[in-house]
Amino acid sequence: MRWSSGRTRGTIAGAAAVLFAVSVLASQVSIQQAPPAPPAPPPPTPPPRFVVVIDAAHGGDDTGGHLNDGQLEKAATLALSVRLRSLLGARGIQVVTTREADQSLDPDRRAEIANRARAQACISLHAAETGSGVHLFASSLTPVIPARFTPWKTAQAGWVTRSLGLAGVVNSALTHAGTTVTLGRTALPGIDSMSCPAVAVELAPERNADKKTTAEPDDANYQARVAAALAAAIVEWHTEARQP
Amino acid sequence: MISRAQTILLILLALASLIMGGVLFRMRERAHQRMLAGQDSAPTQAPAVAAPEQATLMVADDDDNSLRSRVYSLPLPGDPGARARAVLGKLLDVYAAKDSNHPIPGGAASVAQVFLLPASSPALGSKPSTQADSGPEVAVVNLKSSFVASHPSGLETETLTVLSICGTLHANLPRVSEVRFLVDGAARPSLAGHADLTRTYLTSDAVPAELSPR
Repeated sequence: MRWSSGRTRGTIAGAAAVLFAVSVLASQVSIQQAPPAPPAPPPPTPPPRFVVVIDAAHGGDDTGGHLNDGQLEKAATLALSVRLRSLLGARGIQVVTTREADQSLDPDRRAEIANRARAQACISLHAAETGSGVHLFASSLTPVIPARFTPWKTAQAGWVTRSLGLAGVVNSALTHAGTTVTLGRTALPGIDSMSCPAVAVELAPERNADKKTTAEPDDANYQARVAAALAAAIVEWHTEARQP
Repeated sequence: MISRAQTILLILLALASLIMGGVLFRMRERAHQRMLAGQDSAPTQAPAVAAPEQATLMVADDDDNSLRSRVYSLPLPGDPGARARAVLGKLLDVYAAKDSNHPIPGGAASVAQVFLLPASSPALGSKPSTQADSGPEVAVVNLKSSFVASHPSGLETETLTVLSICGTLHANLPRVSEVRFLVDGAARPSLAGHADLTRTYLTSDAVPAELSPR
């Protein structure tokens, strides 16, 4: 019995050694036969989402300013918002608007909509009876390095540098379209809470050299020209954003 | 017959009447002299008017969205708060003029008060600076609601009004580094629907670099 168990152990050990040798040989053969596998290509990354927020200022009880032809600022801004949204939509750009009708929205709610959209451009539209042409404003907050958590009232501070870049692109497009543009910085509650490149565009009457009004801010043709220039500026901004 | 006692009494009464007459006469003279002396101390000249001084106003122009420095000669009080109110009054008078490029009705009466307070030190949190006599100051400008109600609505015009007030204060009171706004003594969200009146404005942001006092 003792002899027979020792013999059995020897047989098992020999079989294991043979199996190990066979497996090592087989693995070497398979390694020699199979060419090295190329690294798997990374999955195609979707293009970065490009969203534009259009904020038609005022609305509802907040009528905004009164224009000379009796119209209200809230109506002029909504009309310009609809025009711009249509032009951008036709160019395949995703647009989020803060309002589509005559409704009240406080500045915080407007900023919430813009921040949730994670937009690459935010345009706040205004209209006024003073001055001439288009008044283009960026936030007057002092630029800071963007942080994960920022105070609500000064959230724009981390984006001011990019907002100034957006204002430059919009200024170029409007000037190219033959519109008089004045640039400035301002403290506007809605804009100052937005965490995206943001500019405020105020449409003032178009005047000739004698300061006579040739088009009011709610004039359809005037709005169409300005909206086309703004859309061209957004497309340009989109192109710049896609470049490495 | 009159008794001797009655005679003496009559004489005493007559003497008392004479003495009392003399005293009354003397009191009347003194009262007259006091009245004359009081008239001498009454003001006989008009109050002295402060000598005209040069004040720099940062005047807004709606045409090109700019602030331009203009120098005016006007009497300015010695008290800094009254001085600030005087220069802002002149600024709003310029805006109320017919030929203004930044028209706003109201004029000098639109500024109710201007308070000057020591600016808070960042190192001390909200505590005011201990160097009240030489440190930076916050100007609290209390506007009248009639001015705000009549102010034209618009991003550009409201921003220019706020910046021109800040710039004018800094040009004439260089220690004023921050400006806050009240309307009829209370906080207000915006001037006429656009410019934020809840924040503290830095005067250095309002004054072009070449005009800033060094």
